[in-house]
Amino acid sequence: MSSDTPPAVAEPADQAPKPGPARSGLTAKAGLGDRIFGGSARGAAVFILVLMAAIAGFLIYQAVNAISEDKVNFLTSFTWDPDGNNTNGVPTFGIAAIAWGTLVTSLIGVLIGAPIAIAVALFITQYVPRTLGSIFGYVVDLLAAVPSVVYGLWGLLVLDQHMGGVSRLIEDVLGWIPLFKTNGTYGSSMFTAGVVLAIMILPIIAAIAREIYKQTPREQVEAAYALGATKWEMIRLAVLPYGRNGVTSAIILGFGRALGETIAVAMVLTTVPGLVTRILQPGGNTIAANIATQFADAFTTGRQALIASGLVLFLMTLLVNYAARAVIRRSAKKAGA
Amino acid sequence: MKFQRYGAVAGVAVAAALALSACGSDNNSTTSTSTSSAGSTGSSASSCPSGTLNAAGSTAQTNAISQFTKDYQTKCTGVTVNYNSNGSGAGVTSFIQRQADFAGSDYALSSTQAAQVTSSGRCGTGSAVDIPAVGGAIAVIYNIPNVTTSLNLSAKNLAAIFDGTITTWNDAAITKDNPGVTLPSTKIQPFFRSDTSGTSYNFSNYLNNLGGFAAPNKQWPGKAGQGVAKSSGVAAKVKATAGGIGYAEYSYATQDSLTFANVSNAAGSFIKLTQTNASNFIAKAKVAQTGADTKLAFDYQYSAADAYPNVLATYEIACGTGNDSTALPLIKGFLGYVVSNTAQSELTNLGYVPLPASVQAADASAISSLS
Repeated sequence: MSSDTPPAVAEPADQAPKPGPARSGLTAKAGLGDRIFGGSARGAAVFILVLMAAIAGFLIYQAVNAISEDKVNFLTSFTWDPDGNNTNGVPTFGIAAIAWGTLVTSLIGVLIGAPIAIAVALFITQYVPRTLGSIFGYVVDLLAAVPSVVYGLWGLLVLDQHMGGVSRLIEDVLGWIPLFKTNGTYGSSMFTAGVVLAIMILPIIAAIAREIYKQTPREQVEAAYALGATKWEMIRLAVLPYGRNGVTSAIILGFGRALGETIAVAMVLTTVPGLVTRILQPGGNTIAANIATQFADAFTTGRQALIASGLVLFLMTLLVNYAARAVIRRSAKKAGA
Repeated sequence: MKFQRYGAVAGVAVAAALALSACGSDNNSTTSTSTSSAGSTGSSASSCPSGTLNAAGSTAQTNAISQFTKDYQTKCTGVTVNYNSNGSGAGVTSFIQRQADFAGSDYALSSTQAAQVTSSGRCGTGSAVDIPAVGGAIAVIYNIPNVTTSLNLSAKNLAAIFDGTITTWNDAAITKDNPGVTLPSTKIQPFFRSDTSGTSYNFSNYLNNLGGFAAPNKQWPGKAGQGVAKSSGVAAKVKATAGGIGYAEYSYATQDSLTFANVSNAAGSFIKLTQTNASNFIAKAKVAQTGADTKLAFDYQYSAADAYPNVLATYEIACGTGNDSTALPLIKGFLGYVVSNTAQSELTNLGYVPLPASVQAADASAISSLS
């Protein structure tokens, strides 16, 4: 399920196999078979690169085409009307509102999902007997096997009905912050979408965190106990620091999944014109959901504009991954020093 | 075993029917008509071509087209019809790119689309034509706690609701039209289609003509409310939201057992939504025909007490001239069947509205002139 998001690799780069001297003196002379195999392998590698470049080139060409026809600023405009349905055929579209929605829903998803996932992983690895733990782990993994459209249906038909009360409570307490104010209607909000995303990314983060926490060196655990640490102190001293890098990349992986999640978000969220800054009241849109809902009826410029928005999403994912790696590299360096 | 025997019998029957109908169509040119397609206005439906017909487009038509496909393939065993319901816009694109022999669309070709057809040379030197194929009624659906009667909602009030100027159900403008109904002070939550849709176009057209709403648009032109993808999405949101109101084709209202409103006509009286009432209104539409291009313009000023004015018509789009020569007999055969009385009379059961005889006749002559 997670194969569609680029994994954020936690391992330091020096663990990768070093290229080194490829052809050592062991083989005296490359035979014909060797050369054919070597050539075809090289050819395959080059072909993949050419193919990727061709796809990228095609996408960028389409995107540039659409953006050059855009009559408003692509980066700052809130409207999405590339076929000019409301403007007599003048394409007006911008990425700002949907990019904002993408970031906000994914952030809510991670803020809610990640702590729970880490707690689940700690519980499974540290607090319950091994057999029971593996059963729990299996159940959590099952969450990842539920198709996203089912989450969407559940979010739309079940969860959304029950978000009104929670949203009202949050507004009562935190309503003085503009972000948490509403116009008196609740549901189908970015908050609801964020909760659905939290549940969807929970198994990914939990599974990776579980595997990492399981590998905490026995010596460190026992050393902590030997110092008179309680269970929680042991976790804080030995387990959490050991897993920090890996769990960070697990969270980034989950964030990437949330960024790209399409159908569940499209089903839960309703769209309203303009930028939605109030996360508890109905409305909001994400890049992926926008592509899913708009593509079928889009014409040439509309499709190219959607491709452009897809490229922006790709860039966002790339940036997030890059930032995460930078964070990990820095903390690894600090830990090593 | 038994099944196989029935199959054989059925096969013989079909073969016999085919042979008979083939004779009938051969005779068509010399004598007047045969009895093979009783009551059919589209006489072109009686001949059977063979081959594969590819079509794409409107999701709103899907149920109708799949029923027609089933019937037509039974009638003409040599024909395979593939209808890819990928949306009106995508259908037209498939048509332009020659992946589809004709496209289903919720709205007549826009000038931009027509220009694309011409510039791509899809129809040779000719252009594409619209042929109205399936009628429908738009239900104004709502969910007000403890209100199960059909409310009277005037076009003016609906326009105000969808523009956000009427915001509660017990607004004086609404209660005035509904004496005897106690309406709560619940907030009104309007839902509209977030994707482009013929339903949006036709509903805004109705509101524009009778309620002073924004100009009709397939991309919903209202100022208030929340957008939801597809008719099923709108219906689901309305069903789930206390105070919600939306619009969808009639079948969504009945299947989801949603309450729907009586809407006002030009005379200001409130008309109940039934398929007969909708059909009566479509019957008064002006048929604008230039060559084979046939467009329906609803007469919103028509105000008989049995004519429901909130209706829609979906179209099939094919080349007027310059159709692919192998596909042409298939296009004429299938579309001829679609607009025939036999096919149209099946629409009522599927939740659509059959086209009136006058439109069927205009369609039939348009289809027979395709080349």
